[in-house]
Amino acid sequence: MGMTLAEKIIASAAGVESVRPGDIHTVELDYLMSNDGTTHLTIDMYNKLAHPHIADVSKLVWIVDHNLPSDSVKTAASHKKMRDFAKQNGIAFYEGKGVCHQIMMEHHVRPGQLIFGADSHTCAYGALGAFGTGVGCTDYLYAMVTGKSWVLVPESLRFNLTGRLNPGVTARDLILTIIGRIGANGANYKAMEFGGEGLKTLTMSDRIAICNLCVEAGAKTALMEADEVALDYLAQRGRAPKHVFHADPDAAYAETYEIDMTEIVPVVAKPHFVDQVVPASQCLGTRIDEAFLGSCNNGRMEDLRAGAAILKGRKVADSVRFLVVPASGEIYRQALEEGLLKIFMESGAIVMNANCSVCWGSCQGVIGEGETLISTGTRNFKGRAGHPNSFVYLASAETVTASAVAGEITTADRLPKLED
Amino acid sequence: MAETFTARIWALGDDIDTDIVIPTEYLALKTVQDMTPYAFSPLRPELAAQIQPGDVIVAGKNFGCGSSREQAPEVIKALGVKAVIAGSFARIFYRNAINNGLLLIECPALCTDVQDGDEITVEVGKSITVGGRTYPIGALPENLLDIINAGGLVKAMRKRNGLD
Repeated sequence: MGMTLAEKIIASAAGVESVRPGDIHTVELDYLMSNDGTTHLTIDMYNKLAHPHIADVSKLVWIVDHNLPSDSVKTAASHKKMRDFAKQNGIAFYEGKGVCHQIMMEHHVRPGQLIFGADSHTCAYGALGAFGTGVGCTDYLYAMVTGKSWVLVPESLRFNLTGRLNPGVTARDLILTIIGRIGANGANYKAMEFGGEGLKTLTMSDRIAICNLCVEAGAKTALMEADEVALDYLAQRGRAPKHVFHADPDAAYAETYEIDMTEIVPVVAKPHFVDQVVPASQCLGTRIDEAFLGSCNNGRMEDLRAGAAILKGRKVADSVRFLVVPASGEIYRQALEEGLLKIFMESGAIVMNANCSVCWGSCQGVIGEGETLISTGTRNFKGRAGHPNSFVYLASAETVTASAVAGEITTADRLPKLED
Repeated sequence: MAETFTARIWALGDDIDTDIVIPTEYLALKTVQDMTPYAFSPLRPELAAQIQPGDVIVAGKNFGCGSSREQAPEVIKALGVKAVIAGSFARIFYRNAINNGLLLIECPALCTDVQDGDEITVEVGKSITVGGRTYPIGALPENLLDIINAGGLVKAMRKRNGLD
């Protein structure tokens, strides 16, 4: 019996020939990523250990992105603890460079690696054929001290993509549609593996958006084979794969889904759950108070270009605060060079530094009682973006930007045409 | 011998996410103890004050979905909750709870059959009894039970290494 991508990477990290779902293996980890959401807790626990020790400091990457720049004395203290510890111990440290997962994709992740991140959206790394999974700070601490951890080999779900997305439809619409179909725990404890001819039509940015959101279906990880698109991305950044794995033709899947990408339409996930997915056309006219274009899911160049193309010659509605937050410093500079930030600012948008922003409901853009946000962020749980009695709709960069212009939920093709 | 205990329960629904367990705005508080008054506040602001040490939370499917924030199981533990019984658990929360010594039990049938204030008897690894009805439950592997009984992974490692 063959193996899935997830099984091959775990077997490699465990140093065994083959693994089966349900097996528990001790694995060597390639990277351990942690951000300012919980690193201070890890440091507190580390300092209480009888024999504090870091197994391999070159595997650690620490990134300040959740509350950046600090918004309170408490946050400043937490950042200082993280910054000082990283400096004392020689840990790779990023601050002000962008959202953790985007930085990991730009600078670290390589196909075939097994990576723990103290953040649930670590599954994004599957876009480069790496097994990324989210853990809490105790698991992180154990791996930091020993260099190892245990993993339960997950069953895999296979998604065969065919066709190509229609103009105006995005990878974000595709993955939200899939989550709507399988449900918020439809992939709990499982790996989501994507393949098929349709995958070749998707850019790296599309692939990151898809893999990143899989935890919203409960997935342990998301994986795509590192093909030409992925290897080109890697080569442009001067990195080589650790190992390019291919799923075996006779690999066993708990379930296989055929996804015809031509059938996907612009969608929104309604409050208060990511699987409450409906065609955007069913939410037309819903008034919004704030719009957010950014996050590790949808704050890349392709998203900013799509937003700017819609905004050029238009204005953000007076009743809307429109936050534009590039996912990394590199993207920010590129958007500046391409003139996108000028378009955003002239249209009335608020351009912020690269960080997690309102996607995690802290630091900036927090919404008040009874308010509604339309967002390219990762979650729309009750109270996620601020007051417990507020509402978050998730949608693509195109739909979010069009809605910011209209002051209510709409799609780009429904905006009044611009006169030449 | 398996541990048996009786507890009062609080019944919650499906998909209790980590932002409900402890909202982002309270994560900046200095200690987990400081966060306890705000546990479950987006859903039931009064609940944290009602929960007494030894109580049990019963919920539906996908308990703990969302963020990897370890403050979620920590705050439940800090409230004195003896165990969380749910139809299913999100996987990051599951690991985090065990690593913090919080007992988790999967029992899909229980959630729809109970309400706040019901008294249940749990025989760990065997069954749950409420109002004359008995529900079988699975046994946790010994090594995970050891971690829970020690109070979490760090404490279990200290014990194993002869430090406590």
